[in-house]
Amino acid sequence: MNERMVQLEVLRYDPQVDDEPHFQHYEVPCKEEWVVLDALNAIKESIDPTLNYRWSCHMAVCGSCGMMINGEPRLSCHAFLRGFAGVIRVEPLAHFPIERDLVTVADDFIDKLKRVKPYLIPGEPRPIGAGEYLQTPAQLMKYRHFSMCINCMLCYAACPQYALQPLFLGPAAITLAHRYNLDSRDGGREQRQQVIATDEGVWECSFVGACSEVCPKAVDPAAALQQVKVASTLDWFREHLLPGSAT
Amino acid sequence: METIVADVAIVGAGGAGLRAAIALAEADPKLRIALISKVYPMRSHTCAAEGGAAGVIKPGDSLDMHFDDTVSGGDWLSDQDCVEYFVKEAPGELLQLEHWGCPWNREADGSVAVRSFGGMKKQRTWFAADKSGFHILHTLFQTSLRFPSIVRFDEYYVLDLLLDEGRCRGLTAMEMRSGLIRQFNAGAVIVAGGGAGRMFPFTTNGAIKTGDGMALAYRAGVPLKDMEFVQYHPTGLPNTGSLLTEACRGEGGVLLNRNGRRYLQDYGMGPETEPGKPQLKTMELGPRDRLSQAYWHELQKGNTVSTRWGECVLLDMRHLGERKINERLPLVRELAISYLGVDIVTDPVPVRPVVHYMMGGIATDTRAATPLPGLFAAGECACVSLNGANRLGSNSLVELLVFGKRAAGSAIEYIRDLPAAGTAALTARAQESQARIRELFSRTDGIESMSGLRREMTDTMEKNVGIYRDQAGLQQAVDTLGQLRRRYRKVMLSDRSNVFNTDLFQVLELGCMLDCAEALTVGALARRESRGAHQRLDWAKRDDDHYLRHSMVHYRGSGAPRVDYQDVVITRSPPGLRDYSGGHQ
Repeated sequence: MNERMVQLEVLRYDPQVDDEPHFQHYEVPCKEEWVVLDALNAIKESIDPTLNYRWSCHMAVCGSCGMMINGEPRLSCHAFLRGFAGVIRVEPLAHFPIERDLVTVADDFIDKLKRVKPYLIPGEPRPIGAGEYLQTPAQLMKYRHFSMCINCMLCYAACPQYALQPLFLGPAAITLAHRYNLDSRDGGREQRQQVIATDEGVWECSFVGACSEVCPKAVDPAAALQQVKVASTLDWFREHLLPGSAT
Repeated sequence: METIVADVAIVGAGGAGLRAAIALAEADPKLRIALISKVYPMRSHTCAAEGGAAGVIKPGDSLDMHFDDTVSGGDWLSDQDCVEYFVKEAPGELLQLEHWGCPWNREADGSVAVRSFGGMKKQRTWFAADKSGFHILHTLFQTSLRFPSIVRFDEYYVLDLLLDEGRCRGLTAMEMRSGLIRQFNAGAVIVAGGGAGRMFPFTTNGAIKTGDGMALAYRAGVPLKDMEFVQYHPTGLPNTGSLLTEACRGEGGVLLNRNGRRYLQDYGMGPETEPGKPQLKTMELGPRDRLSQAYWHELQKGNTVSTRWGECVLLDMRHLGERKINERLPLVRELAISYLGVDIVTDPVPVRPVVHYMMGGIATDTRAATPLPGLFAAGECACVSLNGANRLGSNSLVELLVFGKRAAGSAIEYIRDLPAAGTAALTARAQESQARIRELFSRTDGIESMSGLRREMTDTMEKNVGIYRDQAGLQQAVDTLGQLRRRYRKVMLSDRSNVFNTDLFQVLELGCMLDCAEALTVGALARRESRGAHQRLDWAKRDDDHYLRHSMVHYRGSGAPRVDYQDVVITRSPPGLRDYSGGHQ
């Protein structure tokens, strides 16, 4: 199999030692079909065991290995070396504090996930003994692609609004709320609206669509946010303009 | 050292750990639950399971049939009381997930859809496209967020269990972000730490599956049971080892050798069925052990296909058509295109067997209890003796749920009348644990490298402890692993930072894998028969007179492990013939 030398510039930072992050240059023999993660693993195994990054599944489903690769948020297990020429620049995901090297602090994202109540709040409670909720394939398709999010945080690293306003709930969290809102079994939309139809929620989104461009699972968070905006606007009209609405 | 007090501490936040945590929180909101994991819950390897989860729900199926398939699939090494409990609980657990929002595939009438799976006589595998494990894990994780009493310790690496007067009373764990070691005092501990496939070089398992949970219990004196039974999944991508789900064959994909022959018919799994019309429990829907063994024989005969990634057979799904493939196997298509450059719609994809699952693990009974009071275990790290000598595909996702929940129930029962712990003794144990890490950091005479030792371990496992084994190879592996464990005491840290030091965690994980690998190999050497996934070239027959028993491997520090045996529980199915001939035998 063809091998070639690949050059990487990898951001290094150890808060115990370094005042500032810096780049370190590596040159490593790689197989043609490898991904950036394979190159990092080769560095860690043979060249520099002190390099740190997260990874596990190597099949783009665990969501651990998001990084900036030549300035783009990517899963390193899905960024093929054949797609790059010259030196590959690898940095931790943008818009998150650096914990060490390519490892970011994910607390803010984890906290936001929790805030949108991302679990089924049944419309009509049903005992287990009564069997499954019926849900037709068409009802399933309404929300299924919004349920594919692997929480890799690439969309936050791509989002210009999140960069400007860290309080913004962000693409993945709002999409997850929308996924449950669209589920025929769910009745929790009103509770979630109080979190997502707010200034820190969907109205912060400027609809640049960068989130959908970088999503490795084609979840299309931009579409979810747009749908939430439309639905929330309709709520407003219903509440304020329709005859008999509350004032 | 900061001490955290919990009623129950759970090690691992994948399918089993999350299910246990939710069951505890639902049972009593006042319980203090510490859910500790070396990764964020959604990174756990449950996410990589593809095909689905088995539970009887459709007319024409029965618990007895699920029982029979599981017991014969496991070559009669399953404990039958455990299997009875499992098949009975499975449908309720899958329904529970449905009620929590899991996006199961549906029939036109809105009921849950099921698909065919290997070794199962009926269609009973619930599925969410080919991302079933992913959806189960995320449904559980998201549901767990409802419960304020589940306190998560994400990215904490568990170091040691704390024992006092014969009971497990807690553990120590390192916060990976700071390097600080914390003491967890807990009434009970549930270990749900996953498998150990990374002992092998070619595996579907993610990097995190390093046997940490197994080693924790083993070092604390709990035997590892039936470790010699390692499942090779017959259809892995030949370069990355990524899994191509059994559902490929459940939906009608066929396996071909270099001559285009559906070779499974030559290994007791024929006669040939019509392509695209899979028949249950025969040909491509035979069990995983048989299919992987058939590959080995084809390799010996020179019938495999030489590819740039080594010897392979071909998995052909072209006749399924693009529409069905996109609806039912989207992840498989995407994986094969991106990692291999093969579109399964237009070309057969080269595959070969790949280490996938450990049937063995921490010895537990049907209550998910280990012999050590206060210690429970569930999921792949445990051996509750559901899977016997060979697990059927789509039983393990359900195992996580059934025995995760059971572990929670047993732990609650256990702590009800638990006498108070001697806290001074626990603190002393915790300090010993901390000293072990300090010694590693301050070691100056280390001469061994982590990656060097790890490579020697994986090479040995691949060469000598594969699909077919023999006395000489296993003896060599036992010797090598013993040496590697001795050399491990001289391993040198390259990185001495306290912040997210993955060099340190890899060193600790390697220690766990070496202990597990030695237990596995010692068990394999001692089992002089061929059963399920354990095949001996020198002992080719199943031997019920001597080995209808579970091997129990006991840790003996730096010495060689000791093996003894425990009888299999037979309730109603005496050992018989495993028939995958589609009724033609």
